[in-house]
Amino acid sequence: MGIIIKIENLTISFGGIRALNNVSFEVEKGSIYSIIGPNGAGKTTIFNCITGIYPPDSGKIIYKGEEITHFKPYQVAKKGIARTFQNIELFSHMTTMDNLMLGRHLHMKTGVWRGATFIYKGSKAAREEIAHRAKVEEIIDFLELQAARNQFVVNLPYGTRKLVELGRALALEPELILLDEPSAGMNMEEKADLMFSIQDIRDDLGITVILVEHDMNLIMDISDRILALNYGERIAEGLPEEIQKHPEVLKAYLGEEEKVA
Amino acid sequence: MDMKRDYYEDIELFKSTTILICSILFLIFLAVLPWLIEKYHPLGMSIYIVNLITVHALVAIGLNILVGYTGQISMGHAGFFAIGAFTTVIFVLNWSFPLWIALPIAGFVSSGFGFILGLPALRLKGPYLAIATLGFGMTITTIIKHMEFFGGRMGLQAPKLHLFGAPMKDIHYYYMIMVIAVLMVIGATKLIKTRVGRAFIAIRDSDIAAEAMGVNLTYYKTLAFAVSAFYTGIGGGLYAFILGFINPESFHLIMSITFLAMVVVGGLGSIMGSIAGAALMTYLDIKLQAIQDIPVIGAALLNFSQKYMSVGGISNIAVIVYGLIMILIVLFEPLGIFGFWIRTKKYWKTWPF
Repeated sequence: MGIIIKIENLTISFGGIRALNNVSFEVEKGSIYSIIGPNGAGKTTIFNCITGIYPPDSGKIIYKGEEITHFKPYQVAKKGIARTFQNIELFSHMTTMDNLMLGRHLHMKTGVWRGATFIYKGSKAAREEIAHRAKVEEIIDFLELQAARNQFVVNLPYGTRKLVELGRALALEPELILLDEPSAGMNMEEKADLMFSIQDIRDDLGITVILVEHDMNLIMDISDRILALNYGERIAEGLPEEIQKHPEVLKAYLGEEEKVA
Repeated sequence: MDMKRDYYEDIELFKSTTILICSILFLIFLAVLPWLIEKYHPLGMSIYIVNLITVHALVAIGLNILVGYTGQISMGHAGFFAIGAFTTVIFVLNWSFPLWIALPIAGFVSSGFGFILGLPALRLKGPYLAIATLGFGMTITTIIKHMEFFGGRMGLQAPKLHLFGAPMKDIHYYYMIMVIAVLMVIGATKLIKTRVGRAFIAIRDSDIAAEAMGVNLTYYKTLAFAVSAFYTGIGGGLYAFILGFINPESFHLIMSITFLAMVVVGGLGSIMGSIAGAALMTYLDIKLQAIQDIPVIGAALLNFSQKYMSVGGISNIAVIVYGLIMILIVLFEPLGIFGFWIRTKKYWKTWPF
């Protein structure tokens, strides 16, 4: 299948804290790759480096053979990398439909003049708008968001908002999608649905997924490979079964057993 | 009722037959308005006041695109207003361009300045941006005031325009301004509904997410400034002609703040709100100057002002009442006049319940 993204020796510090230290990994195209680790391990920082929000101090990010290390966020999006955010960054005073339509931004062309002056259904701006609305409707169907379609995002429950954010990322038609704790705040049923959605994203839409998650059941069930971090250091990488038994991972999550004499 | 069969209906200007009929009725109303005013003088209105309101509405829409939709603040819009006014007058006066060419030129000159002012806006937010734009507004007025080319302190006399050989009157300006305004209102409404408008709103709600979705922040923030300045510049050009003369002293800081007040009172993020805000503020500004004419309380207010403030007191009271109305609106309806409208609409939609 080939490698879609390769991270080489990524290092970044904030003040005196080294958030990431020489982290390297590569993700195979068409797989679900998970990043786990206790709070503050640097999982979200990796996402922020990939999407250009933080410039790394050193190291390289190579996407499909091209270095994108110092790209700006919108340039990264243009390359086909979409993401969601840990603390939901939706456009709260727009409807679900408009949020998803913004995901189509890069695929549309209408500028100020055409946008302000279209007058009938057949004009270029209107036709473009209609075509992309049809496309967004497919995503709404895919995530079963019909009920939220015309509602303002502020009025939606937390779990639905997470789905809208996922939908917005999908609307970009990315090749690689970065999901930051997509199941946070969801109940069991919603989590199960989400799990199937993520698998469908990989299998039906052919999008590679990098997942940051705290729910171990979900991670172990759907990941193809897992990377474990602690204090910005890579402590293990491998198949889910390997990670589950890895002594360093157990130590990071459960702490060390003190020997009692 | 709310059933849709077509994606086009989402972006259509007239979402239903009712709205279409109301819009046509409104246009007819606008067409006969001068006649109504001449005949009945409702609320002491004159065509001049309506013209002023319309021009201010254009500015308020422009400012709302920037403040209400894109979430960037500007306290320097009097600067753009001045640029529009002086550019139009100079093109018509010195180089005898016809108004219909001079006006778009003024719009683009103003939006060029908007673009330049937009550049520092990329790094500044909130109060910092407010101060930077404030500086811009003050600089522009000062430059104009001290250049002989712009008429210096005395300002410029706008040339009298002629229509079929006869000099244009308020009523002719009314129709000219109204046609331009209606087109520009429709343009703004459509702009907000399509790709560029969505990018603006996205920047307001979450700039990080907007950028991660591929919106080029640099481009769209400066674009918002440019579009906003374009509307304001056109407004300025028209203002010069309804007033007859322009004087750099009149484009002061208070004017910028009044524009901002129109937007806030009307409702942030609403085109119709901007128009309502501009109408209310302009009307009050003019009518409160004659506050002593209000029955019963007018005389009492005048008396109060003369006794406790100053002998010429009436302008004090006007400013205080003006301020009070602003405070009350913002306090009781943070969404401004637009908020009242939404509530009324909801009330009627769900009426018996």
